[in-house]
Amino acid sequence: MKENLEKNYTEDPFDYEAVEEVLERYQDEKGALIPILQAIQEAYGYLPREALEYAARQLKTPLSKIFGVATFYAQFHLTPRGKNIIRVCQGTACHVRGAAKIMQALREQLDLDVDGTTEDLKFTLESVACIGACGLAPVIMINDDTFGRLTPDKIAGILEKY
Amino acid sequence: MERRRILLCAGTGCISSGSLAVKEALLNELEKRGIADQFEIVTSGCHGFCEQGPIVIVHPEDIFYCRVQAEDVPELVEEYLVNGRVVDRLLFKDPISGEAVKNHMEIGFYAKQSRRVLHNCGVIDPENVDEYLAQGGYEGLKNALQMSPVEVIEEVKKSGLRGRGGAGFPTGLKWEFTYKAQGDKKYVVCNADEGDPGAFMDRSVLEGDPHAVIEGMLIAAYAIGADEGYVYVRAEYPLAIKRLRLAIEAANRLGYLGKNIMGTDFSFQLKIKEGAGAFVCGEETALLASIEGERGMPRPRPPFPANSGLWGKPTCLNNVETFANIPLIFRIGVEEYTKVGTERSKGTKIFALTGKINNTGLAEVPMGITMREIIFDIGGGIKGGKKFKAVQIGGPSGGCLPEEQLDLPVDYDSLTAAGAMMGSGGLVIMDEETCMVDLARFFLTFTQKESCGKCTPCREGTKRMLEILERITQGNGEDGDLEMLEELATTIKDSSLCGLGQTAPNPVLSTLRYFREEYEEHIYEKKCRAGVCTNLVSYFILPDKCVGCTVCARNCPVNAISGERKAPHEIDQSVCIKCGVCYEKCKFDAIILK
Amino acid sequence: MTKVNITINGQQLEVDASMTILEAAESAGIEIPTFCHDPELTRVGACRICVVEVAGARNLPAACTTPVSEGMVIETESERVIKARRVNLQLIWANHPQDCLTCEKTGSCKLQDYSYRYNVTGSPYQGEAKVFELDNTNPFFFRDLNKCIYCGKCVRKCFEVNGAGAIEFMYRGFNSKVTTAFDVPLEESSCVMCGMCVDVCPVGALTPLQGLHNNRPWEVEKVLTTCPYCGCGCTYYLHVKNDKIVGLTPNFEGPLKGHMCVKGRFGWDFVDSPDRLKTPLIKKDGEFVEATWDEALDLVASKFKEVRAQYGPDAIAGLSSARTTNEENYLFQKLLRSLGTNNVDHCARL
Repeated sequence: MKENLEKNYTEDPFDYEAVEEVLERYQDEKGALIPILQAIQEAYGYLPREALEYAARQLKTPLSKIFGVATFYAQFHLTPRGKNIIRVCQGTACHVRGAAKIMQALREQLDLDVDGTTEDLKFTLESVACIGACGLAPVIMINDDTFGRLTPDKIAGILEKY
Repeated sequence: MERRRILLCAGTGCISSGSLAVKEALLNELEKRGIADQFEIVTSGCHGFCEQGPIVIVHPEDIFYCRVQAEDVPELVEEYLVNGRVVDRLLFKDPISGEAVKNHMEIGFYAKQSRRVLHNCGVIDPENVDEYLAQGGYEGLKNALQMSPVEVIEEVKKSGLRGRGGAGFPTGLKWEFTYKAQGDKKYVVCNADEGDPGAFMDRSVLEGDPHAVIEGMLIAAYAIGADEGYVYVRAEYPLAIKRLRLAIEAANRLGYLGKNIMGTDFSFQLKIKEGAGAFVCGEETALLASIEGERGMPRPRPPFPANSGLWGKPTCLNNVETFANIPLIFRIGVEEYTKVGTERSKGTKIFALTGKINNTGLAEVPMGITMREIIFDIGGGIKGGKKFKAVQIGGPSGGCLPEEQLDLPVDYDSLTAAGAMMGSGGLVIMDEETCMVDLARFFLTFTQKESCGKCTPCREGTKRMLEILERITQGNGEDGDLEMLEELATTIKDSSLCGLGQTAPNPVLSTLRYFREEYEEHIYEKKCRAGVCTNLVSYFILPDKCVGCTVCARNCPVNAISGERKAPHEIDQSVCIKCGVCYEKCKFDAIILK
Repeated sequence: MTKVNITINGQQLEVDASMTILEAAESAGIEIPTFCHDPELTRVGACRICVVEVAGARNLPAACTTPVSEGMVIETESERVIKARRVNLQLIWANHPQDCLTCEKTGSCKLQDYSYRYNVTGSPYQGEAKVFELDNTNPFFFRDLNKCIYCGKCVRKCFEVNGAGAIEFMYRGFNSKVTTAFDVPLEESSCVMCGMCVDVCPVGALTPLQGLHNNRPWEVEKVLTTCPYCGCGCTYYLHVKNDKIVGLTPNFEGPLKGHMCVKGRFGWDFVDSPDRLKTPLIKKDGEFVEATWDEALDLVASKFKEVRAQYGPDAIAGLSSARTTNEENYLFQKLLRSLGTNNVDHCARL
């Protein structure tokens, strides 16, 4: 088993540099699994299986535990994601001010379902519990930009900027 | 010459409305006119009035400009800053009288507030520790360090402060338990995992006055004997994290954090842990599990964190607003602090006002104020002059209060008795166009999605409650559904492991308590009086109002509308998908929901 | 040990202050139902079937995690408690196949027992039920996650007792499931097939393949015996039906608390194997033929003598088995030394 893993490691084109750097950065920190996963996702854009397997070996932590943590938190993604992440706020204020219609407009214009990624890896569409910009409801975020007081007809114009 | 101070709000709300572009424009404009040295431009934290952002306040006159955009800046500079003529169109307009209001404190939204915890928010530059110090920052810590830990705890007990995260547990008592717990190592943890939809109090405090939270944690650490602490912040709050990080760096630099704080034996180091997107981590034991790098699943209590918390060590865990109250208590003294509030709920509470209300934003009010004052005086009443229906207090863990409960004093015990709870402070105001069944369904959707899955009643029960509510809102409700909902709600409340499950049924129980007839209408008459549940409503065109402009017909995605040009149109109910596009597009109010 | 006075179902008791309500009740002979509790594992309080009513408490606390305290008044079967247990059982049934007729667990299933005890006939709830494919990719047991009730005992056994950490709760809430990392078959995970998860599963989610459709608990006689594989001395009960072994239950009361390894747990079917040797065989003209013990031992003794005479005693070596006892190993080395050699070894060293 061990031999097999090492063989994979050398033949695999996967770039381990980033995960190595992350593990080194957190090597002295207690209970750092979540920040480690956040940093791996920051580096690769998602949590690649190879990186998690490598982290499990280095951290001497069962892979199942890492996978359990990675699938528990909404922030983590196990598949590649779009360059631009669109988050549609589903908070109360947004809900009562028409978030569903904003979501519908995005789904139609991107031809995507929620949690889907466009084929050109340009956009990923997600829903988010509440981004706390309730005064501007309904709100979406694209990457770190917030767009508020939206109506469905404003969506096309916003998407064009990306 | 004294420079005039221009406060520019740089909270998340105002930034997304463009306040940074306003700042840029303002700097350029002043530079261009060569008068930049006459002004001090301060980017502050949240003023609480996010709906009106970006907000610009000019001192010393305290003129309040709102919804200022970059293109307004040349006029603002020319007219007001140079010529002293107030720019009326950028003033706040009272939603009821329609009159423009010049001064900050004359605005109804601010007049009835008691901004004590938020006294720095919107006033100082949160990224500049000197401004915090100038407002009496770290004086509370200095005073506390002159007392013994037991005296500090005694002061907090006397202050009557109760946990602002929702449950209202007496803070002093919690500190005392942690102080008395055996342990070679103790921790202080700040819960900044504000996840209730519609709540943003903690975010605003962290963004607007991060040092207050650090100072509160320091006093707690000194009192209980901790030398290490964590702030657990949602990753969805990048600006709060950034400002907190800067504040921690500054406090370390100035010796308020680190070794031998202010020349004493007391040492404390503070770290930030970013959440990873799980509402349940607002529950204290789940939060600790998450800091430890585990799945954020709650653990049974006892043992309570005070005895066995982070990594099994005694841990004092409070939320952001609770910690932000502490420096105040030690700066102004218990006597002054307890002048505000009621017998059993001392001090103030910060609420986030959202929903169908005119003045959306953040308000700090004295405990004991009535809900009516919050909604109608501070909140400016219901949007569009519609009729108030209910207010949801405490988010998905709380309950709703109808009109007849509006004169209830807002304090922990009165709210609990009325079937709601203080919660962390989200207030969602609803008018007659809100369907209470749909609202309950919305909150259950949230809690069901955020259930961690550990215990049976929450994992399986919230799912079944949600399915019943979905059935009812889709017009498929059956006789017996309400009884089944009540039975499930009781069991989930009674037997769930943690606070999430124990409170998840509250929105359903409280809407059933006050609005049962709406549920019954959905089930037995297949009717949604608010016109929200699409399966239960139909769109009709009023022939006497329709002018035959054809806009509705052209926009209907399923061609359900027919009619000759300049003649009344008609909707074919068998084709209509109730998307509501026609309703939105009609300029003549000719389309109604029935 | 500090003692506290409590009242359970009207009965006044003096118990250790360190006890949980569940332990105190057990000490008084009061049985509280549990799915997720195992005295050997971390207390999680997850299944909530053990909730009880404590005077003055707002909710119903779990008996398995709540410590007793002075003056505590506890009702373990009050109306409120029974209602909560019934609803929770109904909630489990809403997501559990009703195939008790053919389920291997029938007769030793806790879900069945408690449903019987509280007269729960199924679920009144309609709605989504999770559907998982049956996992029968390993030769020892199959996993039917449709029957999993999320007690998590398998996960804790795997992490806390075995240390393999092969399975864990994955995903969240209603969508959670107990499985391996990346949901691979057990054989591709760090699972060592010890089967301890199988033996703590309170329902039919983990079922041994041995004895399938031939192993009803009321049909078998359970015979306590000691595992023949190594010197650890694990004990277990063999399920015997019509003089054949059809199954196995670890002895949780034994010194090894029911801990098992793959060989002991699943490697007993050689007993009735047609290939098994029952008499000595002696090779005559290139073919093995059955012989008596006297014939066989005479042959071995004569060969030893031959070898020793021709090559000296050091040409003889003995290799003992890990399946023998200490006493047998002692006798074995004594025999070899009497032949004049010190070349004695043991397979466990290899």
